[in-house]
Amino acid sequence: MLNKNNLIKIGLIMVTGIVLAILNATLGRYQLRILNLAGIYIVLGLSLNLINGFTGLFSLGHAGFMAVGAYASALLTMSPAQKSVNFFVKPIVPFLANIEIGFLPAIIIGGVVAAIVGAVLAAPILRLKDDYLAIATLGFGEIIRVVFTNTQSLTNGALGLKGLPSYTNTGYTWTIVIITIAFMFSLRRSSYGKAFMAIREDEIAAESMGIDLFKHKLLAFTIGSFFAGVGGALLAHLMGTIDPLMFRFLMTFNILLIVVLGGIGSISGTIISAIIVTISMEWLRFLDGPIDLGFAVIHSVPGMRMVLFSLLLMIVILYYQHGLMGQDEITLEFVKEKLKRFKKKEA
Amino acid sequence: MSILRTDSITMKFGGLTAVSELSLNIPTNGIVGLIGPNGAGKTTIFNMITGVYTPTTGNIIFDKIDITGMKSHLITKNGIARTFQNIRLFKDLTVLDNVMIANHLRLKSNIISSVLRTPDYRKKEGHILKKSILLLEQTGLIEYKDDKASSLPYGKQRKLEIARALATEPKLLLLDEPAAGMNPQESIELMEFVKEIRDAFDLSVLMIEHHMQVIMGVCEKIYVLDYGVNIAEGNPEEIQNNPKVIEAYLGVDE
Ligand SMILES: Nc1ncnc2c1ncn2[C@@H]1O[C@H](COP(=O)(O)OP(=O)(O)OP(=O)(O)O)[C@@H](O)[C@H]1O
Ligand SMILES: [Mg+2]
Repeated sequence: MLNKNNLIKIGLIMVTGIVLAILNATLGRYQLRILNLAGIYIVLGLSLNLINGFTGLFSLGHAGFMAVGAYASALLTMSPAQKSVNFFVKPIVPFLANIEIGFLPAIIIGGVVAAIVGAVLAAPILRLKDDYLAIATLGFGEIIRVVFTNTQSLTNGALGLKGLPSYTNTGYTWTIVIITIAFMFSLRRSSYGKAFMAIREDEIAAESMGIDLFKHKLLAFTIGSFFAGVGGALLAHLMGTIDPLMFRFLMTFNILLIVVLGGIGSISGTIISAIIVTISMEWLRFLDGPIDLGFAVIHSVPGMRMVLFSLLLMIVILYYQHGLMGQDEITLEFVKEKLKRFKKKEA
Repeated sequence: MSILRTDSITMKFGGLTAVSELSLNIPTNGIVGLIGPNGAGKTTIFNMITGVYTPTTGNIIFDKIDITGMKSHLITKNGIARTFQNIRLFKDLTVLDNVMIANHLRLKSNIISSVLRTPDYRKKEGHILKKSILLLEQTGLIEYKDDKASSLPYGKQRKLEIARALATEPKLLLLDEPAAGMNPQESIELMEFVKEIRDAFDLSVLMIEHHMQVIMGVCEKIYVLDYGVNIAEGNPEEIQNNPKVIEAYLGVDE
């Protein structure tokens, strides 16, 4: 199948790989961390985009599924010794005490466990529409978080887990990013992806076209949760420390911000916006500290960054609902079209 | 032979009886009309037949199967497709995608092979694509294939709804006011079109319509509904001369 389009795709992946390899070799630790973070947010953004953007299910529980993936993978990769150091209040449940597996299987299991939890929680409420669904899913995130805070011998409760092996690196993260992107494009192009979009466009019409709403919504939610779990696993092994507070609503908000900024439903929009948001979150860190304006000093206001991002989200929703890309994609045709227009303007 | 039979179906919404003890009989390969003043309960009948509502009492038998209370998507799978009074296309998707989606229910591939694009899936997808293109050609929509559904002129949108319904491979097609918003010329074309698809796709049609010219011109049998009650049935000539019908329509002259 070496036609032109596939060649271009392979070329693109290779170029991305080379660029990443160069970045990996030249960037410092701090920048590399941001590069990984950006990749993780791409995976998370795309997973929420599948649920919210493709299928039109307004879900606000994403952080919960990330938490499941993060904890499940962390409990599998930590060494028995590290675990016993962590679980000093109450010993860890015996069946997890001595397990230690590699990162890749741990990521996959993290995703699968998140998918199962997502499916089980979503099944009873998928009948709900719009705002009601949003409210119910908002509950998920909190339920998961509270459960994790209180299952001392499984999650170490509020103390969290410390000293996870720092397995996440550019190679792991970006391989998963590329697989996720390919998956999303392929899914959307497939009959199932189109069925998801039909549900988003008009549920009643979709059902009358023979689409089983429950089955397809559950499918979208489960796959989305899987990738949320994978993202959570990567994040956990980048941070090295996880605790339930990391996965409160603010985390979902960040991902939602990425999806909305990028254009709900657009894969390329989500990718670009994930990168922009990650970098600016870091770049704007100074906002949380004291700011010297030359003539006056503003006292440090922790959370100032989030105020700015919240304002940005409001502005986008008020004036620019399509986000960066609307539902469009940066495809070859799209680029050709833009170039043509650009050339016309030149002439 | 009848393709659809309703046995005395009633639909109550709280205190309101929208449809009362209605017994329809749609002959196989027939084109049957359903008329009545606004609010008579016509769309409610479609909603019961397609599983949107479950009749309060009574049964619906389709192709020898009792489909009363069956889920909408399963009814479609069994072979009933419909259009909507207020067009319900997948607006932001292309004309071709609208039709392709209607094939999804007959696709026998799971999600994994679809995403991995296995040879088997690609074969099936190719088949659906070919079938959809053919259908767009038959319905005269092929030139709009890559346009957004919402960008089509009104009459074409109605046609696309029919094409999309046909793509589900129905044995019975329910049309809810297909000529609404069409000019007289388009309405006449629609009459011919309904006959054509009946023959080409070997199906039966039940249509709601306010344009009497269309109904009288195309239907072999007509049911008249007033306040949820079936007040007359018969061929166009019988209906036109039925005093009860004339009375129900008095002042609703069309
Ligand atoms: N879901 C519902 N809940 C309550 N009442 C309803 C519902 N659906 C329909 N009705 C009522 O049932 C009656 C019949 O409505 P229906 O839509 O079937 O009429 P119709 O014959 O299709 O009219 P029109 O020609 O205007 O389309 C109306 O009084 C309507 O208000
Ligand atoms: Mg109606």
